[in-house]
Amino acid sequence: MSRLRTIAPAIGMVLALSGCASATPTPSPAASTAATPAATTAPAASAASPEASATTAPSQAAAACTDSGKFKGANVNILTFNGPQIAEPLQRRAPDWECLTGGHVNVVAVGFQTIYDKALLDASTGTNAFDAYVFDPQWLGDFVGPGYLLDLTDRVQNDPQLQWNDIGPFFRDFNATYNGKVYTIPLDGDFHMVYFRKDLLDKDGVKPPATWDDYISIAQKYQGQDLNGDGQPDYGSCIAKKKGAQSYWWIISVAAGLLQGKGTNDGAFFDTSNMNPLFGQNEAMTKALQLYKQTVQYGPPDELNMDVGGTRGLFTTGRCALTMDWGDIGTLTPGTYAQDKTGATVTPGWKQVLDRSSGKLVPCDATTCPDAVDGVNYAPFASFGGWSGAINAAAPKDNQDAVYDFLSYMSSPPISGVDVTLGKTGYNPYRASQFQNLQPWLDAGLSKDAATNYLGAIQATLQNKNMVLDMRIPLTKRYEQDVLDTALAQYLAGELDEAGTEQAIADGWNQITDEAGKDKQLAAYVASLGVQR
Amino acid sequence: MASSGSAIQGVSRRASTTLGAWRSDGAARWLFIWPTVLVILFLSLFPLLASLALSISTLSFHKGGVDLKLVGFANYQQLLFGLERSHFLGVLKTPNPVGWAIVGGTAALVAWAWIRAVRRGEVGPFGLALRLIGGILGVGFVYVLVQALASDGGRPGSLIVTLIFVIAGIALQYGLGLGLALLAVQRVPWRRFFRIVFLIPLTITPVGVGYMFLMMTDTSKGPLEPLWVALGLRNFTWVTDPWLARAAVIVGDTWQWTPFMFIVLLAALESLDQEVAEAATVDGAGRWQSFRHITWPALLPVTTTIVLIRLIEGFKIIDMPNILLGGGPGTATQSMTLQAWIDWNTLNLGRSAAVAYLLLVLVTVVATVYVSFVRRRVTELA
Repeated sequence: MSRLRTIAPAIGMVLALSGCASATPTPSPAASTAATPAATTAPAASAASPEASATTAPSQAAAACTDSGKFKGANVNILTFNGPQIAEPLQRRAPDWECLTGGHVNVVAVGFQTIYDKALLDASTGTNAFDAYVFDPQWLGDFVGPGYLLDLTDRVQNDPQLQWNDIGPFFRDFNATYNGKVYTIPLDGDFHMVYFRKDLLDKDGVKPPATWDDYISIAQKYQGQDLNGDGQPDYGSCIAKKKGAQSYWWIISVAAGLLQGKGTNDGAFFDTSNMNPLFGQNEAMTKALQLYKQTVQYGPPDELNMDVGGTRGLFTTGRCALTMDWGDIGTLTPGTYAQDKTGATVTPGWKQVLDRSSGKLVPCDATTCPDAVDGVNYAPFASFGGWSGAINAAAPKDNQDAVYDFLSYMSSPPISGVDVTLGKTGYNPYRASQFQNLQPWLDAGLSKDAATNYLGAIQATLQNKNMVLDMRIPLTKRYEQDVLDTALAQYLAGELDEAGTEQAIADGWNQITDEAGKDKQLAAYVASLGVQR
Repeated sequence: MASSGSAIQGVSRRASTTLGAWRSDGAARWLFIWPTVLVILFLSLFPLLASLALSISTLSFHKGGVDLKLVGFANYQQLLFGLERSHFLGVLKTPNPVGWAIVGGTAALVAWAWIRAVRRGEVGPFGLALRLIGGILGVGFVYVLVQALASDGGRPGSLIVTLIFVIAGIALQYGLGLGLALLAVQRVPWRRFFRIVFLIPLTITPVGVGYMFLMMTDTSKGPLEPLWVALGLRNFTWVTDPWLARAAVIVGDTWQWTPFMFIVLLAALESLDQEVAEAATVDGAGRWQSFRHITWPALLPVTTTIVLIRLIEGFKIIDMPNILLGGGPGTATQSMTLQAWIDWNTLNLGRSAAVAYLLLVLVTVVATVYVSFVRRRVTELA
């Protein structure tokens, strides 16, 4: 008895501490999906034959494999997301590259929530177990400052395989560049769009949503109707609102058109003059929160617990009239109920915008929203940015060369041109050549109309001068995935009202800013918006 | 002379034997015990001290290392009194009448116990002072609980949510485990088969259980969707109501951990002396009387042990609330470990360590109180 009394606290101490070291995988941001075919680790045949990528047959490159190669003996480790998307094309293509070069690639795939801390701790502690990281370019602020990443500026400019200038200017400048230097090779292009049931809207003579009010009207119209002929009522809108998943990104898309009206350099997160959070107490945020909560009424009953895997599954089975997503929906529809029934459009805008000095909403005009179309201020959100490969500055030189070549190979037009058409990769288009050649899209199962519509919506988004850049300053993950995500979840669950939510976000963000140094954060934010587009 | 010589030889032999034994014990101590002790000390103390250092620091990165900047108790201050208080302790409001009654009752109970200890004179002045401090802290803690749970507009934070998971979960797991053990110990057909079936949940990784319950509670497209539709619950959801969401977590946790209670209690039941129960039956005791007066007291020692183990383990709950609900809706199912993990993921290591330390304090206090009060009385009863 007395012995038990003595050891109980000790047992408690050890077990309690060990419990806090455990980690649990969490659904991904841009790549999680229930509708995606299972990934394969089989080598792909070639960039020109996407069908073969799903087979286990040896690739042509593998058949032509020789013992010699420019990276013979090199063994590189790459850390990335375990999707199964994102890691899938790296794993599938690695054997082909190995045959071509003699090197060896080991893809270490982990849960989305652990990539950031694993990569940062790997570099900061000098462990350097990884030669490269395929991660979120939003995190460059945390990696570039301490010098953890290799400057790739000269390499990408002189790499015929990569064809740097074929990559869209936005992705070259946003995903890849930080403080004027190139640190990553884009493998994916990410931004939000709204997808709608084109067959239904065409039949009813309804135009795709131009404003968020239109979005609500359409969602309301189709809520409770049978949209896929199974005799069961379906949903007007499906947006992934689960805490710890993607919910906080959608609210940025909803709020963006109210917060940023004067082009990308205006910024949508902080006032660029004083670093005051725009996601704070103002009429724009109140309106955005109210609309976001209103969409819950037209969604599935458990929408608050749904990540994109859930909403994609519902949309592709025909159960939602509208959804908001990255580019993945377009490549996931072939073979599903939504095939050739899906349309895509730029995320809706607003006819008002925030006057930052007063915190009030003012009508859009030539001064407040110079790029508005028909009075609507569109501000498509480059959420996440797209998975990109960065090289560890402390990796051995031979490994740096080898892993650079592999990332360049993955991004090269013949390879990426096919991978972006496959839903299982989680990669979305980001190169000019991927918009010019429709054939890979047709090979992937999209009809000509669907491919044209999908690529047209992407191009319209990329050409928008008021595109909103995702936050990309030190401690970005804390601003968005901790403070914003938690406050938003509390708002949706009714724990906080609009004012309380805005207060919680502003207080949390200000605390992080003060901790990191206000001047330093402001300089980083302004620099992150200085993208030449 | 001869006797003197043999005495010397005897002393010498004893000394030699003692020396040999000492050498043998000493060697054994150094070879077998100390390495183990050192490893355990290292594995226990190093994380303990490193976590303590982290909890009073903030972390920043530079090339070739990290900077730890000491910030005193700022991380603890944030959690207990600052911006994070609503997430950690909860939203605390003035108790309603029921809440005040609970606080008053607890205070009266503590006062009565302390006065009784004074009157009996069994405890010295130091012990009495400690009990007084412990009692005041206990009443204060109950007051915090009541402010969050029995008040208008109050809401529990991760600390109280964790306690709810632990207390409700263990109570359910023990009740079900005991019931299943009592069934499995009977001589019924397929007894061995059911024993194995009952154990299966324990063998599944908690993340897997989390995903399984995520699918089962999905009312719009999960495998049980036809069932929800047939029951007219198509638009029913677990996830928008805080208490239903917590119930879903407790159900999942109970499904996984009931087998642990079951298997230990089954072993205890099978080891009971059947002759006593048979004698009671012969003397006319019914099944309930036999259980109440013979089986239950015999199970009490093992009961207290398995409850203590589950108590300590239960405080670390993370997989189920994270996979099933992401800690939502809002922060309704956010446990302390999940809160620490979220901080860890955003590399807010200082606050993560502070949450872990507060969890350590909570587990230590609860385990100590449990062992001091519950087990003693249970053993006396047994």
